[in-house]
Amino acid sequence: MLIKNSPDLRYSDVTPKSLYFNRRKFLAGVPAAFLAGNELLSPSRRALAATTKLQTVKSPLSTSGEKVNSEEDVASYNNYYEFGTGKDEPQVRARNFRTSPWTVSIEGECAKPRKISIEEIMKLAPLEERIYRHRCVEAWSIVVPWIGYSLSMLLKQAEPTSKAKFVAFETLYDPKQMLSPLQAGIPLPYVEGLRLDEAMHPLTLLSVGMYGGTLPPQDGAPVRLVIPWKYGFKSIKSIVKIKFVGGQPPATWNEYAANEYGFYSNVNPNRSHPRWSQAKERRLGEFGRRDTLMFNGYADQVASLYTGMDLIKYY
Amino acid sequence: MRKRRWSKVVVFTLGLAPLFWLLWRAYNHRLSANPIEFITHYTGDWTLRLIVITLCVTPARRILKRPQLIQYRRMIGLFAFFYASLHFLTYLVIDKFFDWHEILTDIGKRTYITVGFTAFVILTSLAITSTTGWIRRLGGKRWQRLHQLIYLAIVAGVIHYYWSVKSDVRDPILYGFFAAVLLGYRVWVGKSKKTAAPPPLRKSPEPVAR
Repeated sequence: MLIKNSPDLRYSDVTPKSLYFNRRKFLAGVPAAFLAGNELLSPSRRALAATTKLQTVKSPLSTSGEKVNSEEDVASYNNYYEFGTGKDEPQVRARNFRTSPWTVSIEGECAKPRKISIEEIMKLAPLEERIYRHRCVEAWSIVVPWIGYSLSMLLKQAEPTSKAKFVAFETLYDPKQMLSPLQAGIPLPYVEGLRLDEAMHPLTLLSVGMYGGTLPPQDGAPVRLVIPWKYGFKSIKSIVKIKFVGGQPPATWNEYAANEYGFYSNVNPNRSHPRWSQAKERRLGEFGRRDTLMFNGYADQVASLYTGMDLIKYY
Repeated sequence: MRKRRWSKVVVFTLGLAPLFWLLWRAYNHRLSANPIEFITHYTGDWTLRLIVITLCVTPARRILKRPQLIQYRRMIGLFAFFYASLHFLTYLVIDKFFDWHEILTDIGKRTYITVGFTAFVILTSLAITSTTGWIRRLGGKRWQRLHQLIYLAIVAGVIHYYWSVKSDVRDPILYGFFAAVLLGYRVWVGKSKKTAAPPPLRKSPEPVAR
């Protein structure tokens, strides 16, 4: 792992290498950019954001037998409304997002509340590479090699008390770097929540990277959750607060439209979104649609969390 | 006559420009990580834009005092239908790949698709009856009445868009605003005509719907 003391210049302050080497092409493109608006920034020509390489170990919890999507797909097609509601906006708007220094506050019903820096988070446990299917509520899906470790590793250290029944998460909201709630169309800061047993489940990943490197800003740098059996919006990005609470905490999309986005939001092909079907999904890069699997194909591992629960009612 | 033909060639070329731009982007692999969604949104956007433009023709004729603008209206309307067809075909063939069960469920159950499909049916019937032969067969008055369904089509189109987005409704609202202004103009003209009839427009070779 390569975490250095931060120099005066951050990596994001430096022109990305690929842009530098292509500077003539870039300049040649300037007149065209005037003609074609933002076309210069179209995904295929855009340089991937600068990330730092990470050392990882193999994980038994990694999903096998899936073709991983290209890094370009995952880094150019994002829902991160703080940086724009268009899929191609976050990679442009979040380009200079400051992810260092970064601390996460762990608080609430626990014996050892603390503030933990991103450097400490990176060293807390061996970083694993975990390939997960990722299913968006909008009926598209991707397969991503995330890097991180089970969230439970971090949560256990805080020693949650018996009063802790849920865990609330919060994304950074910095109006200087992000859009206003009005522009984003949703209330900010973005918040999410999990039941404690869901948060402690080994599949629930605290992710600090993907594709062998640190997370690019548009994918939730520097630290995010990945909960592979739930719709993508549950996997909260750029976390600054983790709080153990006694009651079900608010969740942004659920608050925005409770009839459309449930608190649980487990992937469920049998429970349609009121405006579109969830029975099928489009895997990016594929023609046509494939069937959506219950719990996004992770039923063997997680179905027991919901024994006896009506998953149509508690969607 | 010659000038008129040339200007029609220009309008025709402009109508095809969005398609060529899409093909150019496709050729350069610039249709995002989800090209099917990109094409669907792109063709849907252009359908709405072109309906808005056709609805601008009548006000523009009066306000700019250029009644001859009517000669482009049919072509613009047909281009709106053209992009609506591409939009629908993208859904039918590329997105759902003739999965009739799912398509029929969508049309019946998902209101935004019901509404969008309604708009498409309207545009189709207007495109079919856009020929001079059909104007003659129906008679000017009845033809006009039928083609006023375009008002319903734009309302349905805007609702279709509004209901299909997750939370950012700024674009649908913008189209809704244009639709409201353009339909409001017709209501206003209709009302003021009842009190004082404006001077008749110059006779044009194609029928005039207001």
